[in-house]
Amino acid sequence: MKLWAYNILQAALLIGLSPLAAAVLRKLKALLQNRRGPGPLQTYRDLVKLFNKEPVLPDRASWIFRLAPYVVFAVTALSAAIVPVILVHTPLSAVADVITLVGLLAMARFFTALAAMDLGTAFGGMGASREMTFAALAEPAMLMSVFILSLAAQSTNLSTVTDTMLNADLGLRPSLAFALTAMALVAIAETGRIPVDNPATHLELTMVHEAMVLEYSGRYLALIEWANQIKLMLFATLLINLFVPWGIAMEATAVNMAFAASAWLLKLLALFVALTLMETWMAKMRIFRVPEYLGLAFLLAILGMLTHFILEVVI
Amino acid sequence: MNNALLLLSGPALALSASAATPLFARDRRVQIWALCSLLALSGVATAVSGMAGLLSPPKTAVLPLGLPRMPMHLRLDALAGFFQVVIGFSVVSAAVYSVGYLRPMAKDRSLTPLGVFLSLFVLGMQGVTLANDAYTFMVFWELMSVTSYFLVVFEHENEANRKAGFLYLLMAHLGGLLILGGFAVLYAAERSFEFDVMRAAELSPLWASMAFLLAGFGFGMKAGVVPLHAWLPEAHPVAPSNASALMSGVMIKVAIFGFLRVVWDLVGLEQGAWWWGGVVLAAGSSSSVSGILLALQQHDLKRLLAYSSVENIGIIVIGLGLAMIFSHFEYQDLAALGIVASLYHTLNHSLFKGLLFMGAGAVLHGAHNRDMEQMGGLIRRMPYTAALFLVGCVSISALPPFNGFVSEWLTFQAALMAPKLTGTILSALIPFSAAMLALAGALAATCFVKVFGVVFQGTPRSRSAAESHEVDRWMLSGMAIPALLCVLLGVFPVWVIRLIDAVPIALIQTSLGGLIAEGGWLWLTPIAPERASYSPLIVMAVSLSAGFAAFFMYRRGRPVRRAPIWSCGHPNLNPRMQYTATSFSQPLRHIFSNIYRPLEKSLRVDHGHILQVKQVRYSVHVQDLAWNYLYAPVRQFTAWATQAVDWLHARRIHGHLALIFATLLILMSLLV
Amino acid sequence: MISAELLKQLLSLAAALFLLTAFALLAQRHMHALLRWFAVQGVLLAATTALVAYAANVHELYISAFLALVLKGLLVPWLLWRIVIRLGAHREVESLVNIFATMLIGAALVLFAYYVSLPIQELSFVVTRNIIAIALACVLIGMLIMITRRKAITQVVGFLALENALFFTATAATYGMPLVVEIGVAFDVLIAALIFGVFFFQIRSTFDSLDLKHLEVER
Repeated sequence: MKLWAYNILQAALLIGLSPLAAAVLRKLKALLQNRRGPGPLQTYRDLVKLFNKEPVLPDRASWIFRLAPYVVFAVTALSAAIVPVILVHTPLSAVADVITLVGLLAMARFFTALAAMDLGTAFGGMGASREMTFAALAEPAMLMSVFILSLAAQSTNLSTVTDTMLNADLGLRPSLAFALTAMALVAIAETGRIPVDNPATHLELTMVHEAMVLEYSGRYLALIEWANQIKLMLFATLLINLFVPWGIAMEATAVNMAFAASAWLLKLLALFVALTLMETWMAKMRIFRVPEYLGLAFLLAILGMLTHFILEVVI
Repeated sequence: MNNALLLLSGPALALSASAATPLFARDRRVQIWALCSLLALSGVATAVSGMAGLLSPPKTAVLPLGLPRMPMHLRLDALAGFFQVVIGFSVVSAAVYSVGYLRPMAKDRSLTPLGVFLSLFVLGMQGVTLANDAYTFMVFWELMSVTSYFLVVFEHENEANRKAGFLYLLMAHLGGLLILGGFAVLYAAERSFEFDVMRAAELSPLWASMAFLLAGFGFGMKAGVVPLHAWLPEAHPVAPSNASALMSGVMIKVAIFGFLRVVWDLVGLEQGAWWWGGVVLAAGSSSSVSGILLALQQHDLKRLLAYSSVENIGIIVIGLGLAMIFSHFEYQDLAALGIVASLYHTLNHSLFKGLLFMGAGAVLHGAHNRDMEQMGGLIRRMPYTAALFLVGCVSISALPPFNGFVSEWLTFQAALMAPKLTGTILSALIPFSAAMLALAGALAATCFVKVFGVVFQGTPRSRSAAESHEVDRWMLSGMAIPALLCVLLGVFPVWVIRLIDAVPIALIQTSLGGLIAEGGWLWLTPIAPERASYSPLIVMAVSLSAGFAAFFMYRRGRPVRRAPIWSCGHPNLNPRMQYTATSFSQPLRHIFSNIYRPLEKSLRVDHGHILQVKQVRYSVHVQDLAWNYLYAPVRQFTAWATQAVDWLHARRIHGHLALIFATLLILMSLLV
Repeated sequence: MISAELLKQLLSLAAALFLLTAFALLAQRHMHALLRWFAVQGVLLAATTALVAYAANVHELYISAFLALVLKGLLVPWLLWRIVIRLGAHREVESLVNIFATMLIGAALVLFAYYVSLPIQELSFVVTRNIIAIALACVLIGMLIMITRRKAITQVVGFLALENALFFTATAATYGMPLVVEIGVAFDVLIAALIFGVFFFQIRSTFDSLDLKHLEVER
């Protein structure tokens, strides 16, 4: 029972801190560009403001348009609850393994795209079409790269995988390098960062995700924005805890957990600094190049799988 | 006697439905009632006998019908039982749906042929599953093929239907011939048509592989495995929707049944070669990806669904291939997992594809069109159909917590056990097919966002769509049955798997049951709890909480203001500015242009200057490569061969006699 | 000294990275990036050779490592880059088949190489057949680069990548060829690169293009 409480606590931590993470990312980027940028609490203020505002719905919106933000948020929050953040072994990670995690994110995307198609605007259709196209390439790459880890850990359960990465003597495994690269590429695409999509853009013909949620306002928009921030945090945590899990708590003692939490935050910060540097340094890709980029991720994952079978399976 | 009653009540009711249809031809209302209620009863009886087959030991019966000294042998075992359940569910929902579907059709045409052939078609499928000798099997198999041909050409006034029907008939018979060849190989071993004898027969490796290939191609043709699928996207769309729901939902599964019966049961996997599983796996992988890629580019709703059936058959076949590989390398428990995954998907697909085809029929009914480019906004005029259709879309896109996800999840779990196979190229091949499965799953979600978004959402693209109307209660309940089952099968997989488990026990004497049940009914743990687990009920609970939150906010939350659409300040939006089915799939057409080879035609008319555009017309046609590279050469060869024969026919009567004489001599020399 | 297990792992890692560079060469669109990856491959080769030299305590191998570093990591890429600049051919690499398709073919080639090398028994005490499978795959990918690219320079890069892969096989599987052979081969490659350079200028001055389709007989 205690473990359940810890699990919910760590999920709440992830969900609660995700606006902060987004704000930190924005701040870091501003600093690199010699701007002051908004403070770290700005995203919270934005969310509160949006939740309190009167939502404006397009007059032709159907029930799917109204339902979608709730589904997106609930499903994203659930996937946040199954990822090990501070504790390795949590009860909820048995509810959904890593394949289900990918499925849950697909569910959120499915409903976002449907909501975008709901109004019959050109922008909505465009965003939905692009998002689903890219997802169709990103999702298998993501699955393949986590499968490499699953093959190493002989499990698709996220807790077990993290445990294996932390404790088992895996030696030097080239396939893991492939998996990490592929998953990082996918994570950038899935969270809509540069060079795939620009989260700060509106009204550009190259936008993908923003085009889908243009018509949302008020609490609906707040839910979608928040879900996006959770998704960013989720992918960052996934990368950290699957590939560099050192410091994460095996047992639920206060000292361990405090240490794990601080290690997690530090690693997140390092990852965000890297991401900011990359976003500042790179230009956004042409939209026709994105499939190639994702194809590369897919291929790297397949190569990782092949190297796993050729080099690492002991015959 | 009890056995016979159990086995025969379903087929007998189907037969009586076909007999009743012409009897009540005078009053079409009564005719519809008689047909549909008898069919529904037949479906219920089939499902009941199927359950009995799954839960109890095999039952046999012998019918003194057919050729002298060759009575019909029937047998109801777990394998037959499972497929009877599949048939039963689909037939019941299609029968309920038909009550509403046939009524408007009855106004301007006779329903007698449809009723007769539909019932006989159901009878054929039931008979195939029950057959316990090759003769009975082939009789019912051909009954199924021929009656479904008549269903395809039911609206024979359209030339397209006649062409599709001809192609279908041709390929169905070619497939039938190959299956017959497979049985001939089995017959040759022990000189008996009875399955019980065939099962015990020992084949040499060469002949076993021969039987495998003949049966594989024959059943693959019926199942629509790429590249033998060409008839499927032609034939399924043109049949009446209740019939295409059964054809796509059940008939192609009967081919899977046939494959299992002949290759797994009669030939026996222990006689198999190592490459069998590899071939099946490769066929499944190519079907799943190319099926969904082609589905994505269709704008005829029913044709799209037909291509999507090709994809789903691919997924089923991947599971079978995995099971065959594992079984060959003596990992029977993993083989059981593969077969359970495959059968689960068979059941799932029969439900959601039936639902989607019936939904397409409802759309056709309400909006009088099959072309997605003419639809849009139907969710406002047909809210219930839209909701049910959405359930089908979510299920087929393999999204948790619906049923499609469970079977794909199980297939992935089986594929991830590949490292157990060491020292074979197959272990490195399995990840490839897992990758193909992942790609197909993601593309399926794209495809069904397109379907739902273009058909039901947005604004109407034509007058018929704007004036569409909701269908009646019968059609809605016909769709609600599979929709409900989709949800239940998604949320309570453990109970379903316990039922399916009888099939691997019968086929490879291995049960999955102990492993599945380890975590209790809430947890699906196919191998071991620490290896992988999935609890759909909790996922469902969270998803439902989203729905409740939405509803609560709708009632109690801050009021919502309705306003004209913003669309970045774009004024005067009209329906033609929406993304269409063609434009939605444009990026993928671009990415996979090597596979699609799209034929694009665009026309621009301007008023003398390039910027003063008067009219732009764009059309694109995506080809099925199988046509160009397989069917066209075969057709050319056939034409050439016919001409060669034609030359022989041009001889005089003496020449003909000489040919016959020569044939006779050759045949006699073979006898010696 | 390093343990046999660690050496095996390090060699596996090197093989995987080598495969990665081969695929990187296959995936490049820009001449500049292509040559850079080619140089990376050369450096990796040198590093692997040095590793084997250290592990097996064969001093001759240090010389071939040094040669690989200087020639394959630096000199040949630099020479090619100069040629590219002087020819003004540093725009996009034209490919006959689209890049993703070639990469899929490449993945299939890896599988094929694995299949072919399955029956090979272990050749030395530390290296398994698996590294040979990877090296063989890299050879095949080198050929694939030559087949699918249109411009003469990319074909030469493909050829040199193929040669790198052979060198890698020799080092990883049998601790290198005799030094004399290796020096000979290394200088051969250098000379080849120079001669190719001359050919490029000839091809360009004759046809005004580096596109090899001009070498085909017009029909």
